[in-house]
Amino acid sequence: MLRDPAFRNSLLTFLAFAVFIVPTTFVISLGAALLVARTRVMQSFFRSVFFLPTACSYVVAALVWKMSIFSGIRSGLANAVLGWFGIDSIPWLSLAEPPWYWLVIVTARLWLQVGFYMILFLAGIQRISPTLYEAAAIDGAEGWKVFRHITLPQLRATSTAVLLLLLINAFQAFDEFYNILSTFGTYPPYARPPLVYLYYTALGSGQDFGHGSAGAVILTLIIAIVAVVQGRILRLGDRGD
Amino acid sequence: MSDKEIGRGIGQALGSHLSRRSLFALGGAAAVTGVLAACGSNTGREPAATGGATGGGSGATLNQWYHQYGEAGTQQAVERYAAAYKDATVKVGWKPGDYDQSTAASLLTDAGPDVFEYGNGPTIDMIKGGQVVDLTDLVGDTKSDFNPSILERMTYEGKTYAIPQVVDMQLLVYRKSLLDKAGIAPPQTIDELIAAAKKLTQGNVKGLFLGNDGGAGLMGGPMLWSAGLDYLTADNQFGFDDPRAATALGKLREMWDAKVLLLGAPKDWFDPSALTAGLTAMQFTGLWTFPDLKKGLGDDFGVMAWPALDGSGKASVPVGAYGSCVSAKSKDVEAAKKFAKWLWIDQTAYQLDFATAYGFHIPSRTSLIGQATTLKEGQAAEAAKLATDVGHAQSPILWTPKCATAFGDAMNRIVKEGADPAGEIAKVKTVADAELKRVLA
Repeated sequence: MLRDPAFRNSLLTFLAFAVFIVPTTFVISLGAALLVARTRVMQSFFRSVFFLPTACSYVVAALVWKMSIFSGIRSGLANAVLGWFGIDSIPWLSLAEPPWYWLVIVTARLWLQVGFYMILFLAGIQRISPTLYEAAAIDGAEGWKVFRHITLPQLRATSTAVLLLLLINAFQAFDEFYNILSTFGTYPPYARPPLVYLYYTALGSGQDFGHGSAGAVILTLIIAIVAVVQGRILRLGDRGD
Repeated sequence: MSDKEIGRGIGQALGSHLSRRSLFALGGAAAVTGVLAACGSNTGREPAATGGATGGGSGATLNQWYHQYGEAGTQQAVERYAAAYKDATVKVGWKPGDYDQSTAASLLTDAGPDVFEYGNGPTIDMIKGGQVVDLTDLVGDTKSDFNPSILERMTYEGKTYAIPQVVDMQLLVYRKSLLDKAGIAPPQTIDELIAAAKKLTQGNVKGLFLGNDGGAGLMGGPMLWSAGLDYLTADNQFGFDDPRAATALGKLREMWDAKVLLLGAPKDWFDPSALTAGLTAMQFTGLWTFPDLKKGLGDDFGVMAWPALDGSGKASVPVGAYGSCVSAKSKDVEAAKKFAKWLWIDQTAYQLDFATAYGFHIPSRTSLIGQATTLKEGQAAEAAKLATDVGHAQSPILWTPKCATAFGDAMNRIVKEGADPAGEIAKVKTVADAELKRVLA
């Protein structure tokens, strides 16, 4: 299985995806949480609006992204916007070079999951005692310094949980990839995360259960190793955290 | 006991009487029981008739599976046929979603169907694995009446494993008015087709639509045939290790580079909306779109085969058929075979109804084509003639899913990434040779 270039490729695809999506979601949802926490007017409105996409199914979102926002014709939303600036239509999902399909996949996932992690951060932020901020203000700290020395350290437990959840979510990458990129039973040879690849090998037309389960075992081992390493690095479960 | 007392009782149990481990063990046992219970019920299969019922008797219950046909009325029709069968109780399973794959997987279990349809008949692995039974004796004398290339596709080593239900075809459809306006005659070679597509690409209208992947998934076969080649040779060897194949597949990349292909249409090639909404002037699509094309375009469309590469190539249209198969795991194989014969061999009136009254298909029995009023005139008659004259089964039976995946990947790289066709064909050959060796062993 490890000699299969397509499987190795799928692991690379996943790695690239995780390296990008985990920090990006982390930063965006933390940013959104900070902004919402600071808002005095209509805070609950913004909170709900950002959280709403979480309630949407990955499949439905994937199809909306594929068929209406990023469809290749002029009337697709993205192409219509480009049209105002006189730019030619781009067939987002058909091109392999440049890989515009990543834009579609990543934006769909960001839209779906940012709201949820924002809520987690928001809860964390609201638990930070205001006295800390008051003390900092008296000491003359403001802006970035407050964030760096008070908010971020106080959010340590939340951040750890969010990172772990994000990584698990990234490992589970299947729904939006499958629904955005597959066409009529076939899937292009790129942007194939391990689950999609194994789906086609074992459950799909291949019906190759031997290789499928071998791949699943490898994947499980990788997830276990990553989880252990991450636990070590973030000192998960330490007393006093 | 009040709620409070129960709560305290549980608290005590957790706190003192039960260790953590035994609690987990209990929870685990409960979970396993739950899962087993879930597996036990609702498998979608009725318990087989037991006791007094003898094989093939009227007590048998058969499960017959279809994929979800898009056309209204089809489900009611097949349920009506099933209800009309007197020798067994037939339950129709109407399966949305990934039918081929879920059916293939279910054949390995006890929850599979007795009679089921499968695209172009069962796969070679189903046949080799003994999952489907030989239906040669059911077809019997009617053999000569079936579309020969389709029946051939469902036959392996002289044994027929499926009865063709209805024939479907793909073909090139074009807007007559757009071609006339541009002063173009229907193209006869691939180069003429490319020239026409270039001329027809204007503003937001593209010249040709071969699917959102630029034809990578759809046009591999037709391109090989247009060069006079095929997936496999007559003696089951790799069939397109040939410079002409590289040229032919490279033509798709030429169209891609010329930006004459419609890409990213909201609905893919199997839907006529790209053509009726004026997004493209020509489209490779299926016969099943004709009712919608008629509705959207009136008489403003023409049909033709996928042209030949050049003088020494051949024009072609892919034909395919769902074939009715019988599972070897059926509790009553004889009753299942009897029903398959009754419906797909004997009941010609139902076959005609199924082919023409709901969707737009061609009956698989040649003798029924003349009776199909939908195929009597116009574009439909031309299409039916193309299917008979230049129809080409989509892929040979020995072209396994693994070969198809390798070929699909290669086509994607050739068309979308501009990879060297000859090099990609060599890669497919490596996979296909190993597969042929495995299957023929």
